[in-house]
Amino acid sequence: MKRRADLAFRVLATGTLIVALITLAALVLDVLADGAGRLSWRFLTSLASRRPEDAGIYHALAGSVWVIVITAALALPLGVAAAIYLEEYGTNSRLARFIEINIANLAAVPSIIYGLLGLGVFVRFMGMGRSVMAGACTLALLALPVVILSTREALRTVPKSIREGSYALGATKWQTIWHQVLPVAVPGILTGLILSLSRAIGETAPLITIGALTYIPFAPDGVWSPFTVLPIQIFNWVSRPQAAFKENAAAGILVLLALLLMMNAAAVFLRDRFQRQGRS
Amino acid sequence: MSPAPPPLSPLARIAARSGAPSVPDTPVKVEAAQLNFYYGQKRALDGISIQIRTRLVTAFIGPSGCGKSTFLRTLNRMNDIIPGTRVEGRVLVDGQDIYGAHVDVVALRRQVGMVFQKSNPFPKSIFENVAYGLRINGMARTRAELSERVEESLRQAAIFDEVKDRLHESALALSGGQQQRLCIARALAIRPEILLMDEPASALDPIATQRIEELIYDLKKTYTIVIVTHNMQQAARVSDCTAFFWLGRLVEYDRTDRMFTAPAEKLTEDYVTGRCG
Repeated sequence: MKRRADLAFRVLATGTLIVALITLAALVLDVLADGAGRLSWRFLTSLASRRPEDAGIYHALAGSVWVIVITAALALPLGVAAAIYLEEYGTNSRLARFIEINIANLAAVPSIIYGLLGLGVFVRFMGMGRSVMAGACTLALLALPVVILSTREALRTVPKSIREGSYALGATKWQTIWHQVLPVAVPGILTGLILSLSRAIGETAPLITIGALTYIPFAPDGVWSPFTVLPIQIFNWVSRPQAAFKENAAAGILVLLALLLMMNAAAVFLRDRFQRQGRS
Repeated sequence: MSPAPPPLSPLARIAARSGAPSVPDTPVKVEAAQLNFYYGQKRALDGISIQIRTRLVTAFIGPSGCGKSTFLRTLNRMNDIIPGTRVEGRVLVDGQDIYGAHVDVVALRRQVGMVFQKSNPFPKSIFENVAYGLRINGMARTRAELSERVEESLRQAAIFDEVKDRLHESALALSGGQQQRLCIARALAIRPEILLMDEPASALDPIATQRIEELIYDLKKTYTIVIVTHNMQQAARVSDCTAFFWLGRLVEYDRTDRMFTAPAEKLTEDYVTGRCG
């Protein structure tokens, strides 16, 4: 009986996995069939155009890279610092518990709400306008809960014996965290960061809300420049009536997928490197 | 004519023996006075009073959960990092109350080093493991001084010859016994005066254990050593004085040879002969 239940569970689990993989493969193949023909160096380096055969993705690709780099630069230090406070310093204080509940809730908030917040706070109140900076700040808010939660998880898995070893040598709390705990936690922190950035790079709604442009004829030249990003450009092309723009959209999706894969590969590479550093 | 001394109560007899004439009378290094310790509501140590002497090896023995490790950890305030713990009474190191209001815990732990039951090298190179304490305490001004102090500490812990060709490889690649000696080197690097060892050989094979014991024998020329051990033979081999703990109380404290041959308390005798505990 027990063995049969075990077998049934294995069949179920494998079946679920296969369904998921087939769905993904079908999607990718479909997009490949539509868009592979449009992929070329020219497509990557050309700006938007009204003529689909001239239109490229450069402005949106550059916009995405700008936004995601600044998002990472904001979310990483803020998220790690918040996690250190909650995990190491604020344990059981009323303030820490209050913040914790809020972070758990924030992780579940729909992204368009972040867009409205970004519009109110960054674009209007802080006067950033419809800039790369405003977009990155908004996405950083979106990424923060995941960065904080995964950093706390990573800090928690650092063995107590390492902390004790450090304290026993006359290290202060901060020295212990900075020299011993954080280095051990780096792989976990990076994984969380890249996961949250992967989500952020695919976001459309909050950026449209804060006024990222759906049509823009140039790439951003700084953090205060107006911008667009890949998903918005793809959305723009999909909504055009001409069939040729649909091909552009498919090619754009391929570029976005490639960017995501590269980020995930970088995460795996960095994680392995840091883990090896600890071992060898 | 002087009056005859009054008869002592059983408890007072223990107390009298704790400061006992038979314990070698080198200067007192660590002294606990009526020390109580609590994990939350649970009392783990009950009125511990003891005087630990300079440059001797003092062994704490007793069954699991008797409080010997807890007491050891009160001596460098290592229990501070466990939430919900509380200390009553006093612990004096060189006459200074280490639970006093203005005590610098960081400075205390520099003076009172510690080696743990499970070897806990940092996941860094052998060199960095030893250099860490020197760096954070600003104890080496130049690179040359740093490597000199690292080498000196590794030599003191009798591990230098085994690792001199791979100082910059990971400490985690060392064997269990080597890791434990590395942890001792790491503790010695910052030149403590007192070395607390919490069952330092309990996870090691007999040969590695013997090396640690030989090391302890060498180190007591320089350091005051307190060692917690489950192993009665080990206590008998390495220590000058032995303290026997039972259910959070200090039952008896005396010269090791007396503790093992002619203990004053029945409980001690039963324990060291293996009849209880």
